[in-house]
Amino acid sequence: MAVTGAMLVLFLIGHMIGNAKLFLGKESFNAYAEWLRTVGEPALPARTLLTLTEIVLAAAVILHMWAAVTLARRAAKARPVKYATKKKSQANGYVVHTMRYGGVIVVLFVVWHLLDLTFGVVNPEGFAATPYDRVVAGFQPSRWWVTAFYVAALVMVGLHLRHGLWSAFQTLGLVGGRNRRLLNAGAAVFSALLILGFLAVPIAVTIGAVK
Amino acid sequence: MKYTIGEPIRDTKAPEGPIEDRWDKRRFSAKLVNPANKRKLTVIVVGTGLAGGSAAATLGELGYQVKSFCYQDSPRRAHSIAAQGGINAAKNYRGDGDSIYRLFYDTVKGGDFRARESNVYRLAQVSVNIIDQAVAQGVPFAREYGGLLDTRSFGGAQVSRTFYARGQTGQQLLLGAYQALERQIAAGTVEMHTRHEMLDVVVSGGRARGVIVRDLVSGEIETHLADAVVLATGGYGNVFFLSTNAKGCNTTAIWRAHRRGAYFGNPCYTQIHPTCIPVSGDYQSKLTLMSESLRNDGRVWVPLRKGDDRAPGDIPEDERDYYLERIYPAFGNLVPRDIASRAAKNVCDEGRGVGPGGLGVYLDFADAIARLGREAVEKKYGNLFEMYERITGEDPYTRPMRIYPAVHYTMGGLWVDYDLQSTVPGLFVIGEANFSDHGANRLGASALMQGLADGYFVLPTTVGDYLAGGPFGEVDQADVDEAIGQVNGKIGRLLSVNGTRTADSYHRELGKLMWDYCGMERTEESLRKALERIPELREEFWNNVKVPGDGEGLNQALERAGRVADFFDLAELMCLDALHRTESCGGHFRAESQTEDGEALRDDENFAYVAAWEYGPEGPVLHKERLEYEYVKMSQRSYK
Amino acid sequence: MNLTLKVWRQNGPADSGRMVTYQVTDVSPDMSFLEMLDVLNERLILEGDDPVAFDHDCREGICGMCGMVINGVAHGEQKATTTCQLHMRHFEDGATVTIEPWRAAPFPVVKDLVVDRGAFDRIIQAGGFISVPAGSAPDAHSVPVKKDDADAAFDAATCIGCGACVAACPNGSASLFTAAKITHLGLLPQGGPERDSRVVSMVEQMDAEGFGGCTNTGECTAVCPKGISLDVIAQMNRDYLKAAK
Ligand SMILES: Cc1cc2nc3c(=O)[nH]c(=O)nc-3n(C[C@H](O)[C@H](O)[C@H](O)COP(=O)(O)OP(=O)(O)OC[C@H]3O[C@@H](n4cnc5c(N)ncnc54)[C@H](O)[C@@H]3O)c2cc1C
Ligand code: HEM
Ligand code: HEM
Ligand code: SF4
Ligand code: F3S
Ligand code: FES
Repeated sequence: MAVTGAMLVLFLIGHMIGNAKLFLGKESFNAYAEWLRTVGEPALPARTLLTLTEIVLAAAVILHMWAAVTLARRAAKARPVKYATKKKSQANGYVVHTMRYGGVIVVLFVVWHLLDLTFGVVNPEGFAATPYDRVVAGFQPSRWWVTAFYVAALVMVGLHLRHGLWSAFQTLGLVGGRNRRLLNAGAAVFSALLILGFLAVPIAVTIGAVK
Repeated sequence: MKYTIGEPIRDTKAPEGPIEDRWDKRRFSAKLVNPANKRKLTVIVVGTGLAGGSAAATLGELGYQVKSFCYQDSPRRAHSIAAQGGINAAKNYRGDGDSIYRLFYDTVKGGDFRARESNVYRLAQVSVNIIDQAVAQGVPFAREYGGLLDTRSFGGAQVSRTFYARGQTGQQLLLGAYQALERQIAAGTVEMHTRHEMLDVVVSGGRARGVIVRDLVSGEIETHLADAVVLATGGYGNVFFLSTNAKGCNTTAIWRAHRRGAYFGNPCYTQIHPTCIPVSGDYQSKLTLMSESLRNDGRVWVPLRKGDDRAPGDIPEDERDYYLERIYPAFGNLVPRDIASRAAKNVCDEGRGVGPGGLGVYLDFADAIARLGREAVEKKYGNLFEMYERITGEDPYTRPMRIYPAVHYTMGGLWVDYDLQSTVPGLFVIGEANFSDHGANRLGASALMQGLADGYFVLPTTVGDYLAGGPFGEVDQADVDEAIGQVNGKIGRLLSVNGTRTADSYHRELGKLMWDYCGMERTEESLRKALERIPELREEFWNNVKVPGDGEGLNQALERAGRVADFFDLAELMCLDALHRTESCGGHFRAESQTEDGEALRDDENFAYVAAWEYGPEGPVLHKERLEYEYVKMSQRSYK
Repeated sequence: MNLTLKVWRQNGPADSGRMVTYQVTDVSPDMSFLEMLDVLNERLILEGDDPVAFDHDCREGICGMCGMVINGVAHGEQKATTTCQLHMRHFEDGATVTIEPWRAAPFPVVKDLVVDRGAFDRIIQAGGFISVPAGSAPDAHSVPVKKDDADAAFDAATCIGCGACVAACPNGSASLFTAAKITHLGLLPQGGPERDSRVVSMVEQMDAEGFGGCTNTGECTAVCPKGISLDVIAQMNRDYLKAAK
């Protein structure tokens, strides 16, 4: 769980930084997208990095989901008879209890997201357009509901990470004593920053700051 | 109740010679069992407290086949877990002049010269090994910054020899023994039977050869046979219903053994602890101990006037009676347990007690808070104040605590010789269940020491010696059947009465009666009254108790009723013992026998003996074991 | 005070069980929760009913025997409190209180509110000890222990084995209990030699008993009467990863 989760987080960091290039203009962003596809050429065939990332990512997601499903099934087996009373959380509130369905929502989002920005299936500009145009077209003010959907999904991602981050440290046994509070706060700040970073793009497009 | 005097007990099997060499001598003379034979020998250990847990683990490790029993769902929950203060050991790590001899001396004196010198000396010797053993097992005793063990002084000792683990010494020591026990269970040398209650001993061919137990979950009556039986079933303070003991503490195991021939030693010796949270209502189910250390800073008082029901804050200084400071100016609030307890009882009897029912005195920290500041007081006693607040809902920082004495420990128990063997061959008794090492009064922090000394070090040697004398032949089935018949008969009777009162309500009434007539202060009159009333109440119990359900499956009401039935019989023997001992000593205070200052007045000429009671169909038979003091001179205790 | 109790009644492992409603009257706010149940039971016995079975012994929060889920919270909503130490003054007059047993497959119900926690003992059997035969120990002062380590080990050692952590964990995990013992023994030099084998076999036993896995939700530590910290789980994970390498 922790290892696959950590890989996903690493990807997210890279992805956010990449996305930020959008603010540097059309060329820069498209060049980046191009670079992603051609890096290492001619020594390596086209799309080596991208394909590798995709494979690793896909593996990480599958393993992560597999682990989550296994844990959930073990949990269900460990408590075959449920409590009659709805249990009140005595711990850090509800965030920690959104991990499972929160994760599912995130994956659904990614599916939509790929159809949208990678394959352009649900994108007004279609697959032929440059990535830059797809992004800009995707988040036009008229398509505010797409932006809203992204915002909602990203908040979900944020919540998932908010708990997931420190949880990964805990699972790997890297927390202890005084660090705990620090790490917990760090996880919150990090998730917030990451999500704000991501959100900057669609919002900027929607309000017309990027055309 | 009539009793007869039997033959005195002349030999306790303690070796002769200088006291320091006796235990070594005994160990050397003890016969050994060869390892191949050990595997064929079964030892039953009933009880998994400090005594039983450590004994079962050690015997298992030595290679015997051990069967261990407890009534809780896990051996880790034995009542020893509740001990707070600490455990004594003559380590002299402080270099403050402690020694084995001094611990021995303090314990004999603390027991008011009613304990055996040989046993106590051995206890002090072995105490040193207990700490080593516990530390090696990972018991997290308190440590100092240098990494070495911390100690504190406790209960009247002038040296700092009490090792402790915050306020949870018993818990940590018990977990050590429990873990050792679980290790043997995993190794297959110990077979554990939790939620099993022992209801009788099988005596065959004059030897203890097994036990009859009830599986508390299925209700089944089972027989377990063995080559030796060890009882480590704890104390019987619950005869008073309200005590600091766990709810399940009972006398059933030792009482049944007593009925089968084991003598009962000094049943009347009971320890009352002065600082417990008082009873708050009729529903009260048990009493909670507050550490004695509170008396270091708290001042004890009651209103001067009878029936003064103003709030404590509204009672002006000159209408308060700081009675301990008044009566014992030298020791003040720090007089020993028995003195403090009795003084509290006296003021309450005068009608000056406070709180519900007038059974309580104030323990006031206002002065300490004014002097040291709230923070300092909080640092020292914070957790105790919190516990008090949790139970009473009152804030001890702004309102004085209410405290009252409560039954805490029973020094009496089955009589055992130097080998911890009872008068039934093959039946050994260890820990609080035996009468042995504390005499008429136990010093703080020495029960844990005794339980572990017995279990880890003494018993494994002496049981081996006994078993080397075997094999003891087949167990006669008729003896087993007879015991099972007894057990089933009793259960059947309890279930068939179907009267109108619960066992608990009888227990409560018996407890009150014992507290009033055979409690902190006993008189000939009160004891005679008790001896008249107990049989009547018992009669009523057997004709009017209501036990629901049947013997199959978990039936907690049935368990309780069985225990109450035995408490009735024990209560009677306690009162008889208290009546016959017309002297005062330690925890046994006969109002007729006191010094001018109201202290216990011993009568060494007539009572320097252990009273060992034999069960007889025509009433009990008293056997006296004379106590000789060669090393510590008998003297009067004084606290002025 | 008067209360409405909804209590889980189950005759035995084979019975499927149900909630039964009882009224209790004249409850004193000074009563402990268990004393309130005692009063109910006395009445049930006299009425010829079966009293409610529940575990308890010390009634002062140390033996770990008591435990029930009260209004959906293990040991009730008072923090750091066992059921036996919970007092009725924390409830409101006229309130409805639901009482259920610990629920976890490795803790089968014996009767009513009584469950079998033998799985905890078996986890300890798998390695929750330091192997030292009686009489063979070196002098207690031969191995000094850093005070910090001793204190941290102590914090972990205060676990009373009540099982509330399992009852509260959404995954039915026994991680807090198991990790507390691993941490207690692992932090002490005496426990060093068996540290690796201990963590591996105890974790394996915990899984074999059918407890769920930990996803760090922290409900366990929130209900733990001894406030055992999540640090112990991190320590267990760390030790496990190191030992399993
Ligand atoms: C609140 C409190 C604080 C204390 N503090 C201290 C202290 O600080 N220092 C100190 O030295 N002493 C202290 N004591 C005294 C000390 O704790 C006990 O005397 C000691 O622990 C007794 O140990 P034990 O092994 O003999 O019996 P217990 O620990 O009582 O164990 C009895 C065992 O026998 C089993 N058992 C009983 N009856 C049966 C039966 N019929 N069938 C099957 N099994 C049965 C039980 O299941 C249990 O396992 C304290 C006592 C109390 C009550
Ligand atoms: C089907 C989709 C998903 C599900 C069901 C899911 C579920 C979970 C669960 C239950 C946990 C807690 C496990 C634990 O703490 O050990 C978790 C942790 C985590 N998840 Fe997800 N998740 C999903 C998708 C994602 C995605 C897409 C990411 C990254 C963007 C991610 C990142 C993380 C991280 C970093 C952790 C912490 C790992 C740990 O504590 O061991 N998850 N996830
Ligand atoms: C609003 C913020 C986001 C924007 C603007 C954005 C934009 C993009 C774009 C433009 C691409 C296509 C890149 C290409 O084809 O070269 C892409 C791919 C991708 N995005 Fe996002 N993304 C966002 C958030 C996310 C989030 C939160 C996740 C995961 C949880 C995610 C996961 C992915 C994945 C998995 C790919 C495919 C990568 C690949 O094919 O290698 N994205 N994104
Ligand atoms: S960790 Fe806490 S909740 Fe769990 S068993 Fe131990 S004391 Fe009980
Ligand atoms: S509640 Fe359960 S998920 Fe882990 S942190 Fe505690 S064991
Ligand atoms: S009864 Fe012992 S902890 Fe509650």
